[in-house]
Amino acid sequence: MSTVQAKPVPSQAKVTFISSSIGKKIFQAVTGSLMFFFVVGHMLGNLQIFIGQDQLNTYAQALKDLSALLWSVRFVMFVCLVIHVWWGIQLYFENLFSRPIRYIVNTTVQASLSSRTMIFTGGGIFLYVVYHLLHYTFIVTNPQYAGLHDSLGRHDVYSMVVLGFQNGWISTVYFIAMFSLSYHLTHAIPSLFQTLGLNNDKTKSKFEVLGWLVAIVIFVGFSVIPAAILLKIINLPEGVL
Amino acid sequence: MNLTLRVWRQKNSQDKGHLEIYQANDINEDMSFLEMLDVVNEDLIKKDIEPIHFDHDCREGICGACSLVINGIPHGGKKGCTTCELRMRNFKDGDTITIEPFRAKAFPVIRDLMVDRSSLDRVMQAGGFVSVNTGGVPDANAIPIHKEISDKAMDAAACIGCGACVAACPNASAMLFVSAKVSHLATLPQGKVEREQRVRKMVAQMDIEGFGNCTNYYECEAVCPKEISVKSIAMMNREYMRALVK
Amino acid sequence: MKLESKVPSGPLAEKWDKHRFEMKLVNPANKRKYTVIVVGTGLAGASAAATMAELGYNVKNFCFQDSPRRAHSIGAQGGINAAKNYQNDGDSIWRLFFDTIKGGDFRSREANTYRLAQVSNNIIDQCAAQGVPFAREYGGLLANRSFGGAQVSRTFYARGQTGQQLLLGAYSALQRQIGLGKVQMFPRTEMLDLVLVDGHAKGIIIRDLVTGEISSHAADAVVLGTGGYGRVYNLSTMGLGCNVTAAYRAYKRGALFANPCYHQIHPTCIPHTGEYQSKLTLMSESLRNDGRIWVPKNKGDKRPPGEIPEEERDYYLERKYPSFGNLAPRDISSRSAKEVCDEGRGVGPTGYGVYLDFSEAIGRLGKKVISEKYGNLFDMYELINDEDPYQVPMRIYPASHYSMGGLWVDYNLMSNIPGLHVIGEANFSDHGANRLGASALMQGLADGYFVLPYTIGDYFARVGAQNITTDRPEFREAEEAVSAKIKKLMSIKGERTADSFHKALGEIMWEKAGLARNESGLKKALEEIATLKEEFWQNVKVLGSNESLNQTLEKAGRVADFLEFAEIFCYDALNREESCGAHFREEYQTKEGEALRNDKKFAYVSAWEYKGDGVKPELHKEELEFENVELATRSYK
Repeated sequence: MSTVQAKPVPSQAKVTFISSSIGKKIFQAVTGSLMFFFVVGHMLGNLQIFIGQDQLNTYAQALKDLSALLWSVRFVMFVCLVIHVWWGIQLYFENLFSRPIRYIVNTTVQASLSSRTMIFTGGGIFLYVVYHLLHYTFIVTNPQYAGLHDSLGRHDVYSMVVLGFQNGWISTVYFIAMFSLSYHLTHAIPSLFQTLGLNNDKTKSKFEVLGWLVAIVIFVGFSVIPAAILLKIINLPEGVL
Repeated sequence: MNLTLRVWRQKNSQDKGHLEIYQANDINEDMSFLEMLDVVNEDLIKKDIEPIHFDHDCREGICGACSLVINGIPHGGKKGCTTCELRMRNFKDGDTITIEPFRAKAFPVIRDLMVDRSSLDRVMQAGGFVSVNTGGVPDANAIPIHKEISDKAMDAAACIGCGACVAACPNASAMLFVSAKVSHLATLPQGKVEREQRVRKMVAQMDIEGFGNCTNYYECEAVCPKEISVKSIAMMNREYMRALVK
Repeated sequence: MKLESKVPSGPLAEKWDKHRFEMKLVNPANKRKYTVIVVGTGLAGASAAATMAELGYNVKNFCFQDSPRRAHSIGAQGGINAAKNYQNDGDSIWRLFFDTIKGGDFRSREANTYRLAQVSNNIIDQCAAQGVPFAREYGGLLANRSFGGAQVSRTFYARGQTGQQLLLGAYSALQRQIGLGKVQMFPRTEMLDLVLVDGHAKGIIIRDLVTGEISSHAADAVVLGTGGYGRVYNLSTMGLGCNVTAAYRAYKRGALFANPCYHQIHPTCIPHTGEYQSKLTLMSESLRNDGRIWVPKNKGDKRPPGEIPEEERDYYLERKYPSFGNLAPRDISSRSAKEVCDEGRGVGPTGYGVYLDFSEAIGRLGKKVISEKYGNLFDMYELINDEDPYQVPMRIYPASHYSMGGLWVDYNLMSNIPGLHVIGEANFSDHGANRLGASALMQGLADGYFVLPYTIGDYFARVGAQNITTDRPEFREAEEAVSAKIKKLMSIKGERTADSFHKALGEIMWEKAGLARNESGLKKALEEIATLKEEFWQNVKVLGSNESLNQTLEKAGRVADFLEFAEIFCYDALNREESCGAHFREEYQTKEGEALRNDKKFAYVSAWEYKGDGVKPELHKEELEFENVELATRSYK
């Protein structure tokens, strides 16, 4: 009989905060915002390239010297990334399975393209982060960077960056990655406020605008470096290579 | 006007189902969408074809029985309008209209365009109420409620439980439905007493029923015939966090 | 058969208290030994089921909708009355009682109506405690409005969705009890027969609408909250699933059907536009507070309303009823609209419509004020008709709306079949020959929350728990009868759909037993119904099988019952040789065309007993005794 009674109501015990749909979303929001703050810090650090070789390398050395802090940040970011990506994928599949039979005609009324492509922009960012770590942080893809040192004997981050982005392919991949990141943020930022319950009818459109503004700043803030390098505004210091 | 209908036909929940094509001829533009289907059904019966089954009752946009996904949009896409209120003047002569049932794991199809939405009832059973027995309640005017608060509660309480939010959500999430009830009751002093327990239980039941997660697409709000705002989802998230720390 | 109303003795105001004291109680620990079947989940059914479960009874609740929340109580727009006197405008229990009994044209049972007014206040308290978001004033207290021509403001409301909000309150109480396991809910099931064991109602036969399975359910008592029979006119303001089947099948098992001819036709509905029409949408009566009703003076004037000059318009309600004007009671406004349309002065494509014009009010109050008051109704009108009522007058026409008649019940809401209780619109008891606006919600909830849960205990205490099971022969016999009827419907394989029979029946009823009736018309109607019924059983076309979800089969079963029910309706209208409330017999009117009541001969409840298929039912009379009010002639001049 198709009655309400027919289907036994399963125990609610297994739904905990973390496994609940809202709990997962809140974790996504929190981990996402922590990574966002890291990204902003990273961007500000990167932009020091415009001050010059000495400044950037000093900054890099300073970070290295604070190794305890650096590694704890890296650890937190790693945890955030794992949770964010893992649950992102899990949510994606859960959501996919929530509608086992798809519609024949699909029409979107107001959902933004960015909201519908989070898994793809997110996936793009993740792949890029892996490459980026191998490229610049752990210097696996281009081992020659390891030998770069400036006049003070410090690791020459400045030259490494310039060398890297002089390669058109690397820069192109970087532009795409930054676009993914920014586009991801256009949905992520207003979503953050909604998920944390800080949204209402009046703020909704404002948070959407904020999302776009932040996304543009992030995109420009990161992309301006390879752009300057490709446009030869920033060049390799003399004597390198 | 004359229309071509592509209609989902499915004998029962076990059947695989398929699209059938029917002609709807001499349709009057003042007809409601369901009256148009009535006319098509009369014609089908004459041809010894079993009529298209669909849920409907009040036909004035309040009972929440009618459903249908029309050209990919639950209730057909006219703002603040249920399928039963939708008029044929919103279509053009010669149009092809695809009619599908609400689709979600938690809404199994039982025949043609009819789905089983009892999952929504079970979410209500988990906590969509104020636990007062009949009798022994204070005078209705004993607890004054600010008009704005009361109006806000009414906005959320306007939900008719049709499930279009679930049908429209790319994730088949029931967050708008559940949050409408949670915020209706959490807004009023009468409902505040058991607000933490309520939101915990209703969300847990929602998850158990197999609805998807909210990823803030806001498709739900766009198709809601009572134009319930997604701010109630934000409020439910808030309530849920509150319940965690309480 | 002697009809005992079981109204307690003593002064009117003390009857209910006294009765509550005199009723037997069931020990709290013993309540779980009793099972109650409640059919219907509207205001009456849901509130009764929830309240009885709270008291400790086991409840089985059935509805044909997919969820109990969709019962048609949800459609009520205007509000709910209560004698709170929050507005300090002189309202009281006595005044609400008197208005109700006068509104019903002195054809209801005094004690029932008084009790209704008494418990009305508890309802508002109960609903507010459940979180029903009633409209409020800026000070935070509840708002009231005057409704349907009442001279005090006693109507509580929640935007234009009062019925919905009240039902959701009752539904939430019901859901709570389902969650607690005290109520077993059976949605998408239809009651097809009542089962009597030793003369007591002890069970029902249902059809599972999804699987087609016929099954029996036994209980210690059966409660019907199955609503009215307004769809006997086919077109009505009711939901399309609303039907008379449960009540009618109980009637066939011996329950008396009281006052079937009292059926309210609501004056302000959107007119029908064509053959395909399935439903008439109600526009809240509050519109008549500011709208002026008119038709052209000349027959067949097809000019658009804006081109008809003032002197060629007939504001017929203002002309005929100068003091009440456009606010004349529902039956009078409805009848007058039909009269002018029958004269050929109706407007709109079908000629069955009158204008409800806001231009004067917009001129006087401004568009903004009008839109604040009626914005949602104007939007709804525009959605349906594609005409902007701010520019063009609305077109309205009366439509079938509410059944005052219903199964006969005594003061305990129990029918003449012991154990069978009937609540809400399905019974006949409180409204007499006409119902006041905003009183239907009141009655449904009064019965369900505050009357039945007490009175049913008295029945239980008297008969004791009997543990009746469905393996008794009575259940088998009833199941077989139900199955045989379904089989018969499926086997006809005729040419005509159930819908087309329903339309034909509706036309007969609307024309001959609608707003105004007369002897020859009613006799003709009886003949035509008999012919139609005969054709139905030879020519109805039901496709598909019984073993699956089959809406044509459901529909055919309901139409079959309407065809039979229509006959008692007409017999009753024919028998009642007077005009009262919603029942207007053309032979009985004053020179001015007003209803002419006959208190000497007809101050009784007509209760009809089933005597076999195609046989005229037998009339039983319950004389109405008025100890507290003086029977007066209504005047709205």
